[in-house]
Amino acid sequence: MKIYEFQAHKIFSKMGIPSPRGEVAKTAEEVKQIAEKLGRPVAVKAQVLVGGRGKAGGIKLAPNPEEAYRVAEKILNFKLKGVLVKRVLVQEALSIKKEYYLGVTIDRAKKRVVVMVSPSGGIDIEEVAKISPEKIFKLRIDPLLGFKSYEANELALALNKDKNLVKGIANILFGLYRTFDEMDCSLAEINPLVVTEEGSLFALDAKIIFDDNALWRHPEINDLRDLDVEDPLELRAKEARISYVRLEGNIGCIVNGAGLAMATMDLVKHYGAEPANFLDVGGGASSEQVGKALDIVLSDKNVKAVLVNIFGGITRCDIVADGLIQALSKREMNLPLIIRLTGTNEEEGRKRLKNVKGLFLAATMDEAAKKVMEVVKR
Amino acid sequence: MSILVDKNTHVLVQGITGREGSFHTQQMLEYGTKVVAGVTPGKGGEKVEGVPVYNTVKEAVRDAGANTSIIYVPARFATEAIYEAADAGIKLIVCIAEGIPTLDMVKACYYVKLKGSRLIGPNCAGVISPGKTKIGIMPGSIHKEGNLGIVSRSGTLTYEVVYNLTKNNFGQSTSVSIGGDPIIGCHFIDILELFEEDSETKAIVLIGEIGGTDEEEAAKFISSKMKKPVVALIAGKTAPPGKRMGHAGAIISGGTGTAEEKIKTFQKFSIPVAESPLQIVDLVSSVLDERG
Repeated sequence: MKIYEFQAHKIFSKMGIPSPRGEVAKTAEEVKQIAEKLGRPVAVKAQVLVGGRGKAGGIKLAPNPEEAYRVAEKILNFKLKGVLVKRVLVQEALSIKKEYYLGVTIDRAKKRVVVMVSPSGGIDIEEVAKISPEKIFKLRIDPLLGFKSYEANELALALNKDKNLVKGIANILFGLYRTFDEMDCSLAEINPLVVTEEGSLFALDAKIIFDDNALWRHPEINDLRDLDVEDPLELRAKEARISYVRLEGNIGCIVNGAGLAMATMDLVKHYGAEPANFLDVGGGASSEQVGKALDIVLSDKNVKAVLVNIFGGITRCDIVADGLIQALSKREMNLPLIIRLTGTNEEEGRKRLKNVKGLFLAATMDEAAKKVMEVVKR
Repeated sequence: MSILVDKNTHVLVQGITGREGSFHTQQMLEYGTKVVAGVTPGKGGEKVEGVPVYNTVKEAVRDAGANTSIIYVPARFATEAIYEAADAGIKLIVCIAEGIPTLDMVKACYYVKLKGSRLIGPNCAGVISPGKTKIGIMPGSIHKEGNLGIVSRSGTLTYEVVYNLTKNNFGQSTSVSIGGDPIIGCHFIDILELFEEDSETKAIVLIGEIGGTDEEEAAKFISSKMKKPVVALIAGKTAPPGKRMGHAGAIISGGTGTAEEKIKTFQKFSIPVAESPLQIVDLVSSVLDERG
């Protein structure tokens, strides 16, 4: 789960990480007032959950409150990378001497938490990794010992030898690690951490992504969720314990299992159509779950045909077929429905579906994907 | 031969009295798996499907001779169950649970290794050696004894592939579902290494998906360390970046972990990649023909 920059700054400040003074605004008038209060040049920063907002024009500097008002008018209520900007963060602008990258994340291959620093801050860290990997210093954390102060010290020294700054950087690294560890993050990042002309340290940007699997033990994080920007269908699916991701295409997909769902979408695309969604109904594929999945997929107005691909494993195909029939009998289906049912007892399953009106039965995934393409073209 | 498990695998079911645990205990017994014990704290002395239930894993090891454990307890309690199994000297731990916090798995994987045990999963379907034993939730009936090793990050996609292979008379030596989470006990490489050494396995099917770099590591390993042929299937070509596709580990982040990248790596090392689950059958058929 992602949160906004201003929310991440608040968390960081609790962990002893200093941020520039600033406040959140929803209107240009508020922006002006905050700029007046700060009494200095400000940065007006769009609050969105997508990356690369600086390059897309979502961050603007303003020397005075009037200019702040003007730039805010050009950011607020405009779309940035497809997302409506509802809030901006107005921060005092700093005189920057140096910019560093600090980040904590998971190294999947090594199965460790990794703390990373780089003297090349302020730019996309993936770019740094590609162009000059030697400028990234990584430290993998011992899972039982945790992050040690000498390690923080070593990493800080890799950035700056100035003894007045090393301690400050090490402390910020510690705060960042604590945030990551105590709040179950999958990413905690400061990019950039700046050294000002006056020699102070500030987290100019703040980014936190939480591990969805651990949200249950952090109920306070749920309050940070912005329900307005989440896809209503994705929210509805989540309540029904269905994994659903809306995409751009027009073939609704209903599949059991995440891997098979992805493979089904790939095949739809392979035959020239575009999937409208990823959907995993979960284990069992009961009639109730399939019914809910159908409702969700059909609520997407882009959908022109539905492809159901179910592997009946422990749940036998005849039972899955009964479930499908039950789910369909309760709904009005005006769109073509292609069903592919495979696995244990598949003949019996198919026999039961044969007499259902408006259904196309396919024997293989390939046949189903081709069929759905045909139907949509028609 | 087979890898990880065989007829001498004596299975302990952690969480045996739960709905999932008892159902799959019955399914495993039906397949012929030697389920020798179950553990549910506070329910020692009971029986599930005729299998004795113990209060602790240590008792199950001492009194019933369990050497492998399968964990059906819910995600919140699953890491504790992994620790208990490793601490009691269980050598192979299979964890089915989905939704374990990533940081818990970082610690659990480390501890399991420290104790000299091996962990499969979490968020996996388990391990099956057709005709010998099944330690997992996969449907036994779609499998068939044979010479193909299967290793996969997925569940139903693996069944789909196995089903097609069986229908075309390609049996399996062992099928291992390693799990769909970001942090898992065994990576592709760990399993490929075992298949390479297994006399029964003639070729391997690798089923990968978006997220992480496990497939890329596997491709390098296959080309430098393996003599046996491997064919692959990678799911998620249509997945957009930044969206979790069901599995916690199936996410493209920061431009890495895309299916394109993985497929390209396999092709670079001349490892055949299938366009669809069905095409795996043709690829397997042709690599086996080449080797005679």
